[in-house]
Amino acid sequence: MTDEIFRLWVYLSATPLAGLALTLVAYTIAWGAYARSGFHPLANPVPIAVALVVAALAATRTPYATYFEGAQFVHFLLGPAVVGLAVPLARDLANVRRLAGPIAVALVAGSATAAASAVAIAWALGVSPATLLSLVPKSVTAPVAMGIAERLGGLPALAAVFAVATGVLGAVIGRAVFEAAGVTDARARGFALGLAAHGIGTARAFQVDATAGTWAGLAFGLHALIASFALPVVVVALRGG
Amino acid sequence: MSPFLAGVTWLIVFQCAGEAVVWASGAPVPGPVVGMGLLLAALALRGGRDADPAKPLGAAADGFARHLSLLFVPAGVGVMLHAGRLSDEGVALAAALAGSTALALAVAGLVFQAMVRRADRRDSGAGEMDRPE
Repeated sequence: MTDEIFRLWVYLSATPLAGLALTLVAYTIAWGAYARSGFHPLANPVPIAVALVVAALAATRTPYATYFEGAQFVHFLLGPAVVGLAVPLARDLANVRRLAGPIAVALVAGSATAAASAVAIAWALGVSPATLLSLVPKSVTAPVAMGIAERLGGLPALAAVFAVATGVLGAVIGRAVFEAAGVTDARARGFALGLAAHGIGTARAFQVDATAGTWAGLAFGLHALIASFALPVVVVALRGG
Repeated sequence: MSPFLAGVTWLIVFQCAGEAVVWASGAPVPGPVVGMGLLLAALALRGGRDADPAKPLGAAADGFARHLSLLFVPAGVGVMLHAGRLSDEGVALAAALAGSTALALAVAGLVFQAMVRRADRRDSGAGEMDRPE
């Protein structure tokens, strides 16, 4: 009996279907817990689903490459989903144009705070220089963060770890930070989530409120654009000076 | 053709256009982010009517936005498996990530909120502040 189950597992795990099914089942369970908690930020579905998948892969000794053969179909949809963030912005285009000044100032202030404070805290705690450079782009979406880290002389894989960890952290602690700091405006909460916690923060913002999601998508996209040009230039200038 | 499928088709077409711009310009930005900008420009040129939730693009974009979290699970798993190997600086890095994320959330939120409220007061005579949902 167990032998047959084992042979069935070997058969299934050789197809991409198992990785895809595992991703969807883990997310369905995580979403159910999130919904039952009343969409509490501590019950964010990303870390819960990731933990379930990691546990399943460890229990079955499945390598990540095998899992990703199936999971890549979900991963691939990130592209069109990011393109689609233009749609809520188009619905609110008059306000996006009207608030161009606040958008530009908050973008620069938030981006500089994220990069500088991460490097400063890590430097004070004795983190090595190559790791510090990988921390600079941590609030930018992972593919952009990897490119920035590479140009700075950091480690792209490490930068991806920091970016994803930052996204999850921001989505989880966002509400507590906003309450402590007195940020009550839905537009400002969304903007801050998209800027500081990129796509995972944007996902959280959409789950809370459509307005917050709209502004999160804007901050997420603009941060990716300006960071990829500005962060390498600023860091090189600071190190040279 | 179902509206959702037509909407997804448009999103992928704009992603392709974004990738083409990135390839042609050599700019260090992701194709989907450029595609997002191109789609916003196209929607604005057509007066925003395609963004309606009942229209194909509106329906597809709303569908993705609702479960955006799902799409980060595969990358998140890869990152977690990798993160297990960097334990020696773990505490310092966790402090740096948590501290800087809280600071960035607070600074971006407070700056944007203060400036937006000032702009709202300035414009409040001129027109509506928020589009009704």
